[in-house]
Amino acid sequence: MNVTIKLFAQARDLAGTSQTNLSLNEGESVKQMLASLIDEHPALSQIQGNLLVAVNNEYVSSNSLIPTNAEIACFPPVSGG
Amino acid sequence: MTVRLLDTPIDYHAVTESVRDHRAGAVVLFLGTVREFTNDQQTTALDYDAYPEMAIAKMQQLIDEARERWPVIQAVIEHRIGHLELGEVCVAVAVSSPHRKDAFHAGQFLIDELKVRVPIWKKENWIDGQTEWVHPDNEKSTLPPPA
Repeated sequence: MNVTIKLFAQARDLAGTSQTNLSLNEGESVKQMLASLIDEHPALSQIQGNLLVAVNNEYVSSNSLIPTNAEIACFPPVSGG
Repeated sequence: MTVRLLDTPIDYHAVTESVRDHRAGAVVLFLGTVREFTNDQQTTALDYDAYPEMAIAKMQQLIDEARERWPVIQAVIEHRIGHLELGEVCVAVAVSSPHRKDAFHAGQFLIDELKVRVPIWKKENWIDGQTEWVHPDNEKSTLPPPA
């Protein structure tokens, strides 16, 4: 399946784009998705251990599975306020 | 609207008025403002970025959680995005409740949790012309992240 991943803040700057498309197998985990993302955008390895993933506006853990037709975002720890 | 992202100045008087209520005996307003010095580093401005749909959803969730824990009458959160100069208001949190302790507790909960859960990021513009994203892991470090 093809997924679009939105990127924000330092993740967007390192990747050089605000969103990126990946081709994943059905049933892949967040961890596998992140590995594919970093293969596609190696500069993201700089913040690899800090990247957070949200699916449909909720944080997900690295062993969660990526659902189909989900909105996916990837970004570093937040710093609002 | 009880939660908003704004690219124009926050009208914190209007925010405060919007939570005032005859059932309330207390109104607490918290303002976050752009600070010039972080330790010995001098800031000239901040740039805020957000994931708008999720930030709105998370701020609304925080208010819902505050309502479960304290007798909140009204609560409003407004956060700026874009470029902010020194002293500008970057976030406003206003809460009303029947008694002051609950208003203080709920207000503190909202701003503390906003800072860890709501997908908003700030980028420092240092006085030497360098810029740097602020992330909790590198907040105290000026070194580039390890390759």
